[in-house]
Amino acid sequence: MGWALIRGWTVLVYLFMFLPIAVVVLLSFNASQFGSFPMTGLSLRWFAELAGNEAILRAFRTSIVLGLLTAVISTTIGVLASLALVRYRVPGRNLISTLLIAPILVPEVVLAVALLLFLNALAVNKSFALLLAGHVIFTLPFVILVVQARLVGIRRDVEEAAMSLGASPVQTFFQITLPLLSPAVLAGMLFAFTISFDDITGTLFWKPGGVETVPTQIFAMLRNSISPEINALGTVMIVLTAGLPLLGIAIARRMAMKRGG
Amino acid sequence: MGAVSLTNIVKNFGSFTAVQRMSLDIPEGAFVSLLGPSGCGKTTTLRMIAGLLDPSEGDITIAGRRVNDVPIHKRNLGLVFQNYALFPHKTIAENVAFGLKFRGVSRDDRERRVREALELVQLPDVGSRYPGQLSGGQQQRIALARAIVIEPDVLLLDEPLSALDANLREDMRVELKRIQQRVGITTVFVTHDQSEALALSDHIVVMSKGRVEQTGAPEDVYTTPATEFVARFLGASNILEATCLTVDGDGVTVEGPAVGRLTLPRERAPHVSGPGPVKLAVRAEKLKLERPDAADTSAAGDLVLDGLVETVDYQGLAARYFLRVGDVQLQAINMIDSHPFAEGERVSLRLRPRDCTLLAGSTQ
Repeated sequence: MGWALIRGWTVLVYLFMFLPIAVVVLLSFNASQFGSFPMTGLSLRWFAELAGNEAILRAFRTSIVLGLLTAVISTTIGVLASLALVRYRVPGRNLISTLLIAPILVPEVVLAVALLLFLNALAVNKSFALLLAGHVIFTLPFVILVVQARLVGIRRDVEEAAMSLGASPVQTFFQITLPLLSPAVLAGMLFAFTISFDDITGTLFWKPGGVETVPTQIFAMLRNSISPEINALGTVMIVLTAGLPLLGIAIARRMAMKRGG
Repeated sequence: MGAVSLTNIVKNFGSFTAVQRMSLDIPEGAFVSLLGPSGCGKTTTLRMIAGLLDPSEGDITIAGRRVNDVPIHKRNLGLVFQNYALFPHKTIAENVAFGLKFRGVSRDDRERRVREALELVQLPDVGSRYPGQLSGGQQQRIALARAIVIEPDVLLLDEPLSALDANLREDMRVELKRIQQRVGITTVFVTHDQSEALALSDHIVVMSKGRVEQTGAPEDVYTTPATEFVARFLGASNILEATCLTVDGDGVTVEGPAVGRLTLPRERAPHVSGPGPVKLAVRAEKLKLERPDAADTSAAGDLVLDGLVETVDYQGLAARYFLRVGDVQLQAINMIDSHPFAEGERVSLRLRPRDCTLLAGSTQ
């Protein structure tokens, strides 16, 4: 009896969480020109319209470029910071570690306003670079947490063995440490990309005039009307932000299998 | 000058001194063990030779070249770790070939040398596998092949057998000796296991608290320990507080508890120069137990004591006895002929004075 209740409740929680998403996906294939039930037929019409909407395509390109740059920069900094924190005795290590992780703990609005005010005080104008910097700061903690955890598990003597065999520290990093770190690097990049791609709060504060990312574009469109195009766009976003990490996990798992565990 | 030499090496970690003014000369082709309990500075010494730690003072030379300022990857040495440290993302062949790539060895040569190295460690068919697919013993052989294939000036082994189970460890010990002799490479072996050190080494360096206690051939170190630490660490010894009465050209006369007065050959007391307090070390296996009623076949000069068996530690091939002799407790390890002595049994202890060692008195 008790278990049946718990089971039922769990199902309800999942329904509450996933039903709205399912509705968005379902309605994106609706032939009707109103983005709501009842469905009048199946159609890819809204996806076609989406592909023809210049504003949305521009926002899409911006989001992709922003996400990729964020992923690359954030992962590079994150890997270097993790190496320094895990492998070397940096003075003030704990403080630096806390500071790097802090953006997760600070509410995003506060972080967004703070960065904006700071740059205003320096008389720096809003720009794409500022937006990118904001996203890097915001995604860095996730990368560092993932990479550090993996780096702790890589035995130091493997690197020492490589050096004893004649590999310089840089060669050792690229031939031994980085390949062993690659699942974490991949995961960090995916995290950074999807977080950047999804982000709206910080982006609204930091984006320069005329630049829209997909979330801010959707937000702007919603202010006028609920167009079925938004459903289609939502579906594309879901596929991207849920599909990419799943793909990443599958690749990482395959890489691990090849080595016999 | 030897293949590897250390001159007045000191290593400090903050206020802690891990290695205190150590000098060591390792001849070409020799197998030298650094033996001691954990924290004695043996691994620190090895890591300084490897270039993974910088000495605070002193010089290290390898093949006649001072290497203090030479980074590890330019020292041309082979390093084998306790936990194998194979590259998990590379195949066995790639692991073994790794060092050759940095030495400009052509592809054909590389393949040939990898094959030869794998044959040397008797694992010729595992080249395409990954380390995770091999057993611990196999992984350690591959680690050895990887270190040897680059023809290093010196092979450094950091407790390479400690992670293996007991049976495998003995097989690997024999294997290691065979490979080292075949290749003829100068080897420094760090271990806390005395039987490994005794079985493998040409020279043993016994270390304690950052100091060298004694250096010598395994037999010398075992039979003539220089200090109480060495006597206690290698094998099982009885150490008795005794008094040296006279020293002359032929012998040294001492008087101690349980043993009374006895005279040792002069060479059994190399560190004693005159009368005064000394320590008498007697190896547990040099105390021969006999039934008291057994016919007295004692050779002249043998010391015979009466004792009572207090505890028997049965070990199959041998037994270890704790005996009460007068007011001291002695331990003896004897092979078991038919059946061991029983607890509470009265026995005779036979001891040849030349099996005793005199150590300098209470300077510890």
